Amino acid sequence: MAKQILNVTDLSMHFGGIRAVDQVDLDINEGEIVALIGPNGAGKTTFFNCLTGIYNPTQGDIKLYQEGKKEARLNGLKPNQVTEKGMARTFQNIRLFQKMTVLENVMIGRHCRTTSFIAGAIFRTRHNRREEREIIERSYSILEKVGLEKHVNDLASNLSYGAQRRLEIARALATDPFLLLLDEPAAGMNPQETKELDDLITKIRDDGLAILLIEHDMKLVMSISDRIFVMDYGKKIAQGTPQEIGDNPDVIKAYLGEAADA
Amino acid sequence: MISMEELKRSFKASVWFMFLTFPILVIKVNPIEKTVIWRWENMAFVGIGVFMLSILIRAFYIHRERLRSLTISKKRFGYIGDEPLVQFILREPKYLYPLAAATLLFALLFPSLFDTYQTNVMTTALMYVVLGLGLNIVVGVAGLLDLGYVAFYAVGAYSYALLNLHFDLGFWAILPMGALLAAMFGIVLGFPVLRLRGDYLAIVTLGFGEIIRLVLENWSEFSQGPSGISNIPRPGFFGMEMDLNSAIVYMYYLVVGLVIITIFVVNRLQDSRLGRAWIALREDEIACQAMGIDKTKTKLTAFALGATWAGIVGVIFAAKTTFINPASFTFLESAIILSIVVLGGMGSILGVIIGALILILLPEYLRALSEYRMLAFGAILVLMMVFRPQGIIANVRRSYQFKKSAKEGDA
Repeated sequence: MAKQILNVTDLSMHFGGIRAVDQVDLDINEGEIVALIGPNGAGKTTFFNCLTGIYNPTQGDIKLYQEGKKEARLNGLKPNQVTEKGMARTFQNIRLFQKMTVLENVMIGRHCRTTSFIAGAIFRTRHNRREEREIIERSYSILEKVGLEKHVNDLASNLSYGAQRRLEIARALATDPFLLLLDEPAAGMNPQETKELDDLITKIRDDGLAILLIEHDMKLVMSISDRIFVMDYGKKIAQGTPQEIGDNPDVIKAYLGEAADA
Repeated sequence: MISMEELKRSFKASVWFMFLTFPILVIKVNPIEKTVIWRWENMAFVGIGVFMLSILIRAFYIHRERLRSLTISKKRFGYIGDEPLVQFILREPKYLYPLAAATLLFALLFPSLFDTYQTNVMTTALMYVVLGLGLNIVVGVAGLLDLGYVAFYAVGAYSYALLNLHFDLGFWAILPMGALLAAMFGIVLGFPVLRLRGDYLAIVTLGFGEIIRLVLENWSEFSQGPSGISNIPRPGFFGMEMDLNSAIVYMYYLVVGLVIITIFVVNRLQDSRLGRAWIALREDEIACQAMGIDKTKTKLTAFALGATWAGIVGVIFAAKTTFINPASFTFLESAIILSIVVLGGMGSILGVIIGALILILLPEYLRALSEYRMLAFGAILVLMMVFRPQGIIANVRRSYQFKKSAKEGDA
């Protein structure tokens, strides 16, 4: 049995009378790719936002376990604190820093792992210069990993759509996470780009990261996930291996009678 | 060459202007003598003037294309032409350093080349350069629209005036204190506006600026009210007595020194971990937080560091004019400093410097136009914003060079 790194119990998020997320349980083990699927409006992104501190959940517990560290309860932490704990995310609608270069976008990700401040910026001590050099080199190596090293000095807004998606992943990787949350990484991608993304996600997993992804592209989900959770109307309606989910009548019903592997 | 079509369009434009200006420029009604004067010659002036101007603009657009292809063919000096000339010069130390040195030399020789009036005007302009660079941190880099920047300027000025009045402290002792006090006020303003952005932030900061001014105006026991504080001593120079002329020149050099320090510090700040965090905050607040940046800390440092410069300039302002009252710290000042940043180019240091010099020096040198001075000034601002909405010099991100060896160096 692999070690559990994230355990969500009984998580609910209410907006007034609307229960966007209703008592959802979810867990992720070390080095696992877990997918969270469901029809539009099922509450997947709200669930993500609760995990990453953008919303403060109405009830429930989010616990993060990291090797050699105490368990951390994430409820009510700010997004930057969650990221510091080792859980990084990407966004469904791309949220890059458009007027910064590709490299700088990734360098921002290194922010929470570095310490230079006002005095360091002004006086540039040897320590600060070394730190700055490390930020740049580390960011560049991450860009190489996602295959964007040719665009280092381009503005983020000038990248193609698929490249922007990959840059988001690179930026999240730069925060040194052990759990990566991807919100619809394949949305709007062509089959070729989806294939590349598939390879990239697998590569990231092989580096020892666990991944939780929201995705609509069933082919991608079925091929790379170890386990799948299905949500509908804010509730979890199924969980299991891709095989089990594909045969689950509730899931098929939720997707309007279409087979999930269509 | 300009085609018939273009001529026709220019003609139409001039007819339009003649029509539009007809009621104010042509008809002149005198209600007392009950006469109407028809000034047809004005109409002719407007018509010909607009026609010529329109032709000129069209010719400019046609020639611009040709000029562009011309610069590309000129590959001398290693200039390729796919980036603005200014950016090229800024990037290339070979040209930047001599140019900077020449500018510095000119700045240092300025008091001996021109009279004290010019020196005084230049001192003021350079003070606005520092103010602009300070506000640039807040508005240009961190993207927090601050309409009450003048409040920190007032804090600096009044801290010198009051501390000197009550505790007899000298200029050099108060300079860091004024900076610190302004920074503290920056944080005080920062806390309530942490959650605000854009228009809402603008309104709150506007209110903050007005609060400071109204307090200074109405709390007479504290600030001597609208009558202000006079007889503020000029800065000393190792206890030397100076006559007015040398005091002005001394002040000028002081401000030149401050400008150099400001450029150095602001440049390093922008190109640092903190500077990148500011820009990220400007670009996307939610993504910025999700990437592990502490929004509170980042915003407050932007406010505090921006305010620091205003505080320093405030102290210098009080020392320079030797008299201050709340009327010097109205919203108009904030608006001018903001215009400097926007006009110069948000986030661009050179842009802000040029913007400040233009905005402060232009009204001085337009005095020749007497009563049309502010009209011409306004027209120039409008034209600049129409033709260069990104500012005089747009900010360009730093690029990094990677050698192949860098790849093997890291894992």
